[in-house]
Amino acid sequence: MSIRSEKVLIAGTERPPRAVVGSHREKEEIFGAVYDPKIVRRIWSFVSPYRGKVVLSVAAVLVFTLTQLAIPLIIRTAIDSGMAGGVADHSVLVSCALAFAATILVNYGASYLQETVVGSAAEHVLFDMRRAMFSHLQRVSLSFMDKTEVGRLMSRLQGDVNSMQEFMETSVLSVGDIALLAGIVVVLLWLDPRLGLLTLATMPALFIVRLFWLPLAKRSFMEAHETSSIANGALAEGIHGVRTVQSMSRQRVNFELYDEKVRAHRDANLLAAKYAQVMVPIVDTLTGIAMATVIVVGGSMVLSKSLDIGVMVAFLFYIQRFFDPIRSLTLQYSVMQRAMASGQRISEVLDVPVDVTDKTDAVALPEDMDGSVEFRNVTFGYVPGQPVLHDVSFRVNPGETVALVGPTGSGKTSAMALVHRFYDVTRGSVLVGGRDVRDVTQDSLGRHIAMVLQEPFLFSGTVFDNIRYHKTEASRAEVVSAAKAVGAHEFIMQLPKGYDSELEQRGSNISQGQRQLISFARALVADARILVLDEATANIDSYTERQIQKALAILLKGRTGLVIAHRLATIRGADRIIVLQNGTLVEQGNHDALMQKKGLYARLYSMNYASFDDIPAELIAGGLSRTTS
Amino acid sequence: MTLTAATRAEQRETSLAHVKAAEWGKGLGTLARITRLTLRHPWQASAAVLATLVAATLQLIIPRLLGRAVDQAQGILSADADSAVAAQHALFITAATLLTISILRGLFTMAQNYYGDSVGHHLGYELRLATYEKLQRLSFSFHDKVHTGDLITLGILDIEGVRMFFNTGLVRMVLLTVLIGFGAVLLISTDPLLGLLSLSFVPFVAWRSSVTQLLLRSTWLELQERLAVLTRVMDENLGGIRVVRAFAAQAFELTKFDRISEGALQLAHERVLIRVRNTSAMNFSFFAAMGLVLWVGGGRVAAGTMTVGTLASFLTFMTILQMPVRQLGLMVNSFARASTCGRRLFELLDQEITIADKPGAEPLVLTDGVLAFEDVSFTYPGAEKPALVGIDFTARPGQTIGIVGPPGSGKSTIAHLIPRFYDVTSGRITIDGQDIRDVTLESLRRAVGVVQQDAFLFTTSIENNVAYGDPWAEEQRIARAAESAQLHDYIVGLPTGYGTIVGERGASLSGGQRQRLTIARSLILRHAMLVFDDSTAAVDAGTEQRIRAAIRTHASERVTLIISHRLSSLMHADEILFIEDGRIVERGTHGDLLAAGGRYRALHDLQLPPVEDAMQGAAE
Repeated sequence: MSIRSEKVLIAGTERPPRAVVGSHREKEEIFGAVYDPKIVRRIWSFVSPYRGKVVLSVAAVLVFTLTQLAIPLIIRTAIDSGMAGGVADHSVLVSCALAFAATILVNYGASYLQETVVGSAAEHVLFDMRRAMFSHLQRVSLSFMDKTEVGRLMSRLQGDVNSMQEFMETSVLSVGDIALLAGIVVVLLWLDPRLGLLTLATMPALFIVRLFWLPLAKRSFMEAHETSSIANGALAEGIHGVRTVQSMSRQRVNFELYDEKVRAHRDANLLAAKYAQVMVPIVDTLTGIAMATVIVVGGSMVLSKSLDIGVMVAFLFYIQRFFDPIRSLTLQYSVMQRAMASGQRISEVLDVPVDVTDKTDAVALPEDMDGSVEFRNVTFGYVPGQPVLHDVSFRVNPGETVALVGPTGSGKTSAMALVHRFYDVTRGSVLVGGRDVRDVTQDSLGRHIAMVLQEPFLFSGTVFDNIRYHKTEASRAEVVSAAKAVGAHEFIMQLPKGYDSELEQRGSNISQGQRQLISFARALVADARILVLDEATANIDSYTERQIQKALAILLKGRTGLVIAHRLATIRGADRIIVLQNGTLVEQGNHDALMQKKGLYARLYSMNYASFDDIPAELIAGGLSRTTS
Repeated sequence: MTLTAATRAEQRETSLAHVKAAEWGKGLGTLARITRLTLRHPWQASAAVLATLVAATLQLIIPRLLGRAVDQAQGILSADADSAVAAQHALFITAATLLTISILRGLFTMAQNYYGDSVGHHLGYELRLATYEKLQRLSFSFHDKVHTGDLITLGILDIEGVRMFFNTGLVRMVLLTVLIGFGAVLLISTDPLLGLLSLSFVPFVAWRSSVTQLLLRSTWLELQERLAVLTRVMDENLGGIRVVRAFAAQAFELTKFDRISEGALQLAHERVLIRVRNTSAMNFSFFAAMGLVLWVGGGRVAAGTMTVGTLASFLTFMTILQMPVRQLGLMVNSFARASTCGRRLFELLDQEITIADKPGAEPLVLTDGVLAFEDVSFTYPGAEKPALVGIDFTARPGQTIGIVGPPGSGKSTIAHLIPRFYDVTSGRITIDGQDIRDVTLESLRRAVGVVQQDAFLFTTSIENNVAYGDPWAEEQRIARAAESAQLHDYIVGLPTGYGTIVGERGASLSGGQRQRLTIARSLILRHAMLVFDDSTAAVDAGTEQRIRAAIRTHASERVTLIISHRLSSLMHADEILFIEDGRIVERGTHGDLLAAGGRYRALHDLQLPPVEDAMQGAAE
């Protein structure tokens, strides 16, 4: 054994291993065009409810900038007229002090106003956007949801929304930066055009440096960010899969692979730090040049009495504020690109069409409808031109239980989805209680049809809340009696807090079979006339299995049942069996009748598979009646 | 990946050395230990501190130079040298000095930030490696009781908090001490009253900023919690969108969303206010102090007891001091964060690995391949009731042992004890007479394979998943394992074959396919003993039979343990153990047990009818 493991390691040095840790990730476009009118309009539609606030905060930003510009000017006046040259005028000093006091009060107010208003408006917009997307996703067609990964949607709802918030906040500040920059230029030129021009000469230099620096720096920042997500992904994978890692003794290989990732992460960050820090001496040098210019040129002018000393001091103050706006404005460029890309993705979500909507004259399905379900010449496909159901017609009478069976891909699940109008049919019609599902409201349809899906999806929350999910007003007695009826009561009472026990995400703290039973109780509490059930394929231990079979019988009692059946017991318990193949109804009848007919059903049945879904396609197509044991 | 053997080995050694290094300063207080860890990079750390000292000193000189320049321009300092040339010259020298100092300050600030950051990144790298290594080796019982989400937070955010401590805590502390300390001495020695006035904003701003940062931190943590709930609600809603629609619960879901979202928004709003109140107040106190300096200083200048230059230097000094003083709060925050993050992180890193090689453990020597449980009892850590009591059986090469019993009876626990995922509480498990606790873990786990029911598949290609235990396996071996697991035909039918990426947690495969992939993954390792822990539950009976047949032809000399609730999976076993409440209550062959008419018989009767019917149907 030990010899073998040695060999593995030596072999590893010759040939790269077939191994990765946490590597496969979807990449998304991070930067868009700087300006895209369509997206800006979209963003504006979210901002416009707060436009009063936006105007207010822009005004506050401008006032704030003005006070910042004013302070060195007040100092200048105080020096030149209040104290310098021995012609001190005390009243000027007093009025300067008053002006200063007034300015800082205004500064205080403006800064407070600006930041609160911007901050809260941006937060609101962020939450509004997220809500708009979330509520839109509640209505979009399921075919969109089917083919979109939840993770991708979540990144829209979080990452993209966050970068929009960043954009909102910094945009208003950018207005201030631009104003400050323009203000400083104007004030310097006004104080002394010659000295002003000379001092400002360093400004284009910074612009040019930033222009070359930005793309390189941005790439290194992105790389740092990217490597960080990769390393974090690998860590998360290692934690989730730790039991597998240990049982397969992959620690050593994984450690080396992880080492590569975190090493890359470290190196990318070090490079990014270099790029970030290299600007510091450049800005300091330019500041030094500007100050030296003021000292040499301005100082000489003061000496020759062609410049007031206060102006020189003011220049020195302005220079210290000089480069800040340029720095943040160049960064704003990337923020805008990012926001446009995010805005694009948010728009994509909001633009997903809603296929299934209530007609304007839709009526509620009457409470006393008979509970029948009927398919009339239904043709349906998710993609135009590729129907998954062809001209299917059948009727389920009130109170009858019908089992839908057929190999994988025969269209059972699609048929079931149509009853609840998850999708609209291409041709023909689906009738519930004798009415076309497109003529009634979706809400009322939901009240009359209870569904049990193959994967018993539970929400985090208490057992109690999960069971009354469909009927949130259900009392505890109702919930308990439903749980008792399906045989879930016993195990629920064994949970730490009984019905008030919290289920972890997707009910991961109880077994598959138990989740199943809770989803049955949930459907029972719903107490609908029609039950549509997709039986779970996962094999459950015989004890729970027996309980589920019993529960199923209780659930179906007195209801119209449409069951996608996988278990032989369920199939045989149905009043009628409908056999689908490739989207066509091939035969129907009860078990005995179908067995005698010796058609597809009899053949499938005789293959001794636990579920019809498992039968390899070639066996069905070839019609081989081969047994496998 | 294209590294040579030598550099690879060398890298592995240095990486492992880094992992070991995380033990530095064990036993010290949290912050002291973090400091000790940063001292593993003495050159860079000293460079950062030295650069900080120089940069801060240079920073202090600049206001003086500016003040001097103003005075020189007024011709005060050069009153005796009335030639304009001399004054010009003096100005020129000041300007040149200032430029030099500015450049130097820039360079040293760059060095301070870069080296400060660099120490953090190196420390972060070491801590990440150490954490990962630890997490990979901590036994199942640790992972059972700690939430995966908490571990991920620990490995990401807590490391971040610790690694940033040097730069945002220690270096900043040095900077602030020099700036405020020396600055105060300089200012007060120049003019006590004006000096004190210039510094008057410092205590207030320092206090406000510290209080605010701590408040922002605690509200941030709370906001993250609320946002995590919101994330969960959205994630579950979108993942379970069919349930939501099936129960027409969109309105309910939106109300739920709104309630949580409103709460988060409220808190986010509060945080904006906390932040803004603080910045506005800090700005105000700074400007107020500036106003006082201007007023008092202005009076002195007017009275001729002070030069404009001195006043200007006081004012510039204040401007320079402003930013660092505001950052005092960030420093306090950094200390607070590092101390809580560090405590959690070190708790993990110091965690003892309960299941590890004994000192001097030898690799397992396989001779015959006999597995024996000798009066094994086991209680899960923290549990009161034992999970297994007095389990005793022997499996010889080529034999199959079937284990069956109600859910929760302890069947899987037996599987987990063989590769030492847990250690027995009493009794012992031996392989060819060697206690499995006396041999090396790696050799044991190479000998014993456990195929789990709900095994974790990795988000990578099918090929990589099959070769998970032996990443250097040849293509033919991968294909052969997949063939035995009855999955090869399906894989080659996929557009990208073995290169197909298994979706998040294997979502794009059906339950049965995932289990077959898991089986293939175990088969490739050619274990001497294989334990199937309910690992064919989602595989249909026919396929299962073919898998067993394939396994038999490849390794007839193996010990096989089959844990299953499906009797058809284990009815051919050489011995069947019926487990209930952790005890073997019935044992024997299928025939024996049926004849005995006990629990096994009852279970058999529960399961068999449809199968028999089906067989009849086939026979007809």
